[in-house]
Amino acid sequence: MTTTHTPANAAVPNALTDTVTVFVRELRPVLRDPVSIVFSMVQPLFFLALFAPLLPGTLGDAAALQWFVPGVIVMSCLFATGMTGSNLLFEMQTGAHERLMVTPLRRSSLLAGRALKEIVPAVAQALIITAATIPFGFRASVLGATAGLLLLAVLAVGLGSLSYALALASKDRDWLFWTVQQTLLFPLLLLGGALLPVSEGPQWLRVLSQINPLTHVVDAERALFAGDLASGAAARGALAAVAVAAVGLYVGIRAMRKE
Amino acid sequence: MIEARGLAKRFTAAKQTVEAVHPLNLDVATGELVALLGPNGAGKSTTIRMLTTLLAPTSGTAYVAGHDVLRRPRDVRLRIGCVGQGNGAGLGHRGRDELISQGRAYGLTTAAARARAAELIASLELQGVADRVVSSLSGGQRRRLDVALGLVHAPQLLFLDEPSTGLDPQNRARLVEHVRRLRADHGTTVVFTTHYLDEADRLAERVVIVDHGRVIADDTPARLKAAHAGDRIALAFDDERAARTAAARAGGVEGAAVERSANRVDVRVAGGARIAPRLLGEFAAHGAAAAEVEVSRPTLDDVFLNLTGRSLREESGDRAAADDGAEDEEKESAA
Repeated sequence: MTTTHTPANAAVPNALTDTVTVFVRELRPVLRDPVSIVFSMVQPLFFLALFAPLLPGTLGDAAALQWFVPGVIVMSCLFATGMTGSNLLFEMQTGAHERLMVTPLRRSSLLAGRALKEIVPAVAQALIITAATIPFGFRASVLGATAGLLLLAVLAVGLGSLSYALALASKDRDWLFWTVQQTLLFPLLLLGGALLPVSEGPQWLRVLSQINPLTHVVDAERALFAGDLASGAAARGALAAVAVAAVGLYVGIRAMRKE
Repeated sequence: MIEARGLAKRFTAAKQTVEAVHPLNLDVATGELVALLGPNGAGKSTTIRMLTTLLAPTSGTAYVAGHDVLRRPRDVRLRIGCVGQGNGAGLGHRGRDELISQGRAYGLTTAAARARAAELIASLELQGVADRVVSSLSGGQRRRLDVALGLVHAPQLLFLDEPSTGLDPQNRARLVEHVRRLRADHGTTVVFTTHYLDEADRLAERVVIVDHGRVIADDTPARLKAAHAGDRIALAFDDERAARTAAARAGGVEGAAVERSANRVDVRVAGGARIAPRLLGEFAAHGAAAAEVEVSRPTLDDVFLNLTGRSLREESGDRAAADDGAEDEEKESAA
């Protein structure tokens, strides 16, 4: 029997090509329907419009925005990437995931390609939030914001991977995915100090907050958007984001291989 | 093309062990067109999932397209196409995009993948819907798209798991036609599962009948019928006395199984079409002229009935499938 049969003009793809293939597949529906990016950021926009005005205004409106907007950007990233596993969960039910599992695409690429795609909506949403708040007095340093978006991209890959891992673990149990996701979302957000400063809270809350990697990313985003690139906060945030990405990819790829 | 030895799958759920597939040997030669036929839950899909590397067998080995499914799954995946039971195309994607992604997954260049997608869209009659979101397609259109996805890389071996479930008769016939043509044009080896008897009968050159996780028969449809179910000669007589006489005469025919109820007599025998005229003459000569006669060829259901004592037709939930089909038709006409 011949074992070398591959179709005309096909070369066995490498891991990078595989990842790009999955990335492009995931991205296409977003590009075809870019408005979908806005839909998933309705909640962060509400917080921006209805919650920001309630912040203690002792520092003046502009200063409050300066503190609040980076937090909302991280929140928006958390909401969008946290939910993304549901897309995979859906494709596991319809059969699309199974179809991809029978192709020669590497398991690692099936996860990584999906996770990398999370960068696009996360960054797009951050840009929309930044653009929407500039008229109200928000100021961002270009270099700092660029670094901030880079940090956000790394975080998005990590959180997206974790969401996919949760979806894979919830196979045939939708409720499990949503229960875990909803249970984790707000504690992570509130302990991360994205909406209200944690520094005023009791000791136990501050300890929990320090354990939460999101806290460091939020602090880093605040420093970076303010143009403070060389700060310790930026370094700690970068470390936290990379750690989330590393753990996320590891857990996600393992879950995909186990499938 | 396929060489499975002792391939078995055992599931354990809630402390209960289910032998989904008992140790199974299966050989499929290059170019064969094989149907796995059996009721729902017989182990057909589990077998397909093991052969396509989606499910690790509990024991046994399988070489598919020249490679071990356990040790070289990627080599197997490169060479096979598989149309699963679900919808292969992502519902939020466009059909053409999915076909191109699929081509890229098998290493086609973007240009080649595009060309191949266009080719398959034309040959599976998907023009006009290929650039729409998959969720807006009818069941029949989605199924054809699934088949197109399985064919992107021109695989040497194609698996189809229940390809026509939920399709209306017209779309089922169309699908059968596509598979036939694929076979004729490219010599592709095809293995498909079905619980539709007529589909296995019309399409397959070889039928493997599976029941309760075991292969209970494996041959061409014609030979299966000859071996496990004779032709049926259905006779009616003017009165019961004549029927009794006829039943006694028919009982003398070698290999015939005779059943009588009131004035009707059923004779099951190989070569029924040749035997019937002779029998009729014999009946008339003994004063038991038949009033009605009908000779019918056996179906695969007769074979299944003979082998298991159960009818496949009753078990497969054909009614549910017919309902799905009706719904499907509605959507197609609305599209």
